Amino acid sequence: MASHHQDKTKSSPGDEVIPPSTPSEMNTSPIDLGHIEVMQILNEHGEVDQGLEPSLSDERLLEVYRAMILARTFDQRMLTMQRQGRMGTFAPNTGQEACTVGQVVPLTKDDWYSPSYRSFGAQIMRGWPMEHLMRLWAGFHDGFPPPENVNDLPFSIVIGSHVLPAVGLGMGMNYKKKNDCVVVNFGDGASSQGAVSEALNFAAVYKAPVVFVCENNGWAISTPTAKQTANEVIAARGVAYGIPSIRVDGNDILAMVFAVDEAAKRARNGDGPTFIEAITYRMSLHTTADDPTVYRDEQEVLPWGKRCPITRFEIYLKNKNLLTNDSIQEITESCEQEVIAARDKFYSMPSANPGEIFDHLYEIMPEELSQQRDEYRKRLDDKGVDYE
Amino acid sequence: MSKLTMVEALNLAMDQEMARDENVCMLGEDIGINGGVFRTTKDLQKKHGENRVMDTPLAECGIVGTAIGMAIYGIRPVVEIQFSGFTMQAFDQIEQNMARLRNRTQGKYTLPMVLRTPYGGGIRAVEHHSESREAYWAHTPGLKVVIPSSPRNARALLAASIREDDPIVFYEPKAVYRAFREEVPDEPELMEIGKADIVRAGSDLTLISYGAMMRPCKEAVEDLAEDHNINVELIDLLTISPMDTETLTRSVQKTGRCVIVHEGHRTCGIASEIIARLNESAFEYLEAPIKRITGFDIPFPYFQVEEHFLPESEEIVNAIKETRNWQ
Repeated sequence: MASHHQDKTKSSPGDEVIPPSTPSEMNTSPIDLGHIEVMQILNEHGEVDQGLEPSLSDERLLEVYRAMILARTFDQRMLTMQRQGRMGTFAPNTGQEACTVGQVVPLTKDDWYSPSYRSFGAQIMRGWPMEHLMRLWAGFHDGFPPPENVNDLPFSIVIGSHVLPAVGLGMGMNYKKKNDCVVVNFGDGASSQGAVSEALNFAAVYKAPVVFVCENNGWAISTPTAKQTANEVIAARGVAYGIPSIRVDGNDILAMVFAVDEAAKRARNGDGPTFIEAITYRMSLHTTADDPTVYRDEQEVLPWGKRCPITRFEIYLKNKNLLTNDSIQEITESCEQEVIAARDKFYSMPSANPGEIFDHLYEIMPEELSQQRDEYRKRLDDKGVDYE
Repeated sequence: MSKLTMVEALNLAMDQEMARDENVCMLGEDIGINGGVFRTTKDLQKKHGENRVMDTPLAECGIVGTAIGMAIYGIRPVVEIQFSGFTMQAFDQIEQNMARLRNRTQGKYTLPMVLRTPYGGGIRAVEHHSESREAYWAHTPGLKVVIPSSPRNARALLAASIREDDPIVFYEPKAVYRAFREEVPDEPELMEIGKADIVRAGSDLTLISYGAMMRPCKEAVEDLAEDHNINVELIDLLTISPMDTETLTRSVQKTGRCVIVHEGHRTCGIASEIIARLNESAFEYLEAPIKRITGFDIPFPYFQVEEHFLPESEEIVNAIKETRNWQ
């Protein structure tokens, strides 16, 4: 691994010294990072740049479309359940389906995915059962571990704290000489965390096979990107660390798939990390405990409705004769049924077991902890609480 | 058997563990060709390659965070943080992920990793180079905290820590690094984590310490036996968390008196925890209040005056006499 790193340590100190420019030919002004254009393949009218169309089979295109519909259906059902008092606080994803789903479409089962808390569309596609995600958001311990045979990290609640471990996974792939990759998702807010900058640097230095997907949805709770960073081109952060970086229309599923696929290929090929800034918009709430009308002019939200990632993909698929109004209706209904079935399954799952909260901290429970567990069990017994 | 310093003994443990298991790797600042600022990883990169002994960028949070990812991927990283004072840069990753990931994933992912770092005073270094903040990590559920005191137990505990599947904070008493030599077996040797060592059996009083403070404690115990006919039982804690309460309890139930010595700060320090436990487990056996000699609750002083901050054997002798004679 880290051939780049090794070369550096072996080259003699004088080799890479850049001769200074003479003042007459030198630009003496500090550099201003140039504009980085946003790649779009499918515009909001459903028109496609055929030269850049990712090579997905018709069947795969429909799978991706259905995954986006499922993500939105799940999102809306979760919101309903939360308002009914049957779900915990969660972070809705409406309007970000292309970004969320697109970032995992090119991944294999051997690749790893490190989600953020708004990534459930991607988690579902990676194989997390929806009732499992409902358990997670409803406060059950067993909702957090990724399911068997799913190579995902659990998301971290502390913003950006999962990005370094995701880079470590990539370093592990290099260590074990595997040709797989890691996609790690985080937001515009997380880009301010020092640990995220450290992660970019480590990935670049070790040529870790990592695809950074910075989902810039414009808002970190009430803080707009303009107040998050003086350079709103977050992709410039990747450039600064020597990572090939690109900005992508995050509401364009084809652009997302294209960019992540290219990045994943580069990573698997030993060419190191890529930074993708996906421009999207948080149409909905930060979380169900949030009221954006306090800090955000709803006029700002309106144009994003027209940039809906699902609508433009429908036009594209209709133009390819893969969708009709009838089949849209069928897919929508089947997603609704699938989510309702997951909900019903979730409702029928066992209640939480208060007895297990000591069980998973250490491989072998230390004596002191075992005594505390006995004390806790006595508390449960005294209160007449059932546990295993 | 070879007579080794602690630095050499730690190096031996890492060398043998890397030879034994190809998944053991090292990450840290200047640990490669430079062998670490204390030369603890000397020649390991030459022997085991740059892939396995990785010089890292200068970012402690980054080192620990990426090591966590490698551990999830089935590698057994041994991280070196140059000085324990710099470990605070990595507090984020230690607290959010290293200590909790097993619990968060209900055991799906384990973190077989060791965070090695030199701690404690006595080497005349600048600020942030002399801290003893083991209590932070002992206070953090999910970690184990190990502190050796001699070349032989350092080697055996580090080898055992590298083989553990739970994450370990391994504090190395840098004042002991080259202070003395001890016979260390050439063949791999392991010590059980979580067990205290009764270094010297005694009947009059229990003296509990760990790490670099074991040296002044040993001096004190010898003085007391020779000059005052006081027979002290000396216990080396070795693992701070989980603590071997049973060994401490049995000893204090026998002697009825106890003194605890550490260089870490007093408030909410390790001695506070030991006293609380003995209060629960040996109260009716106590003949005198338990005394503690600790670092004061001030930042570690600059080195012109540091010798006055660290507990010394004479002070320990006096505390033991006082506790022995209390009635």
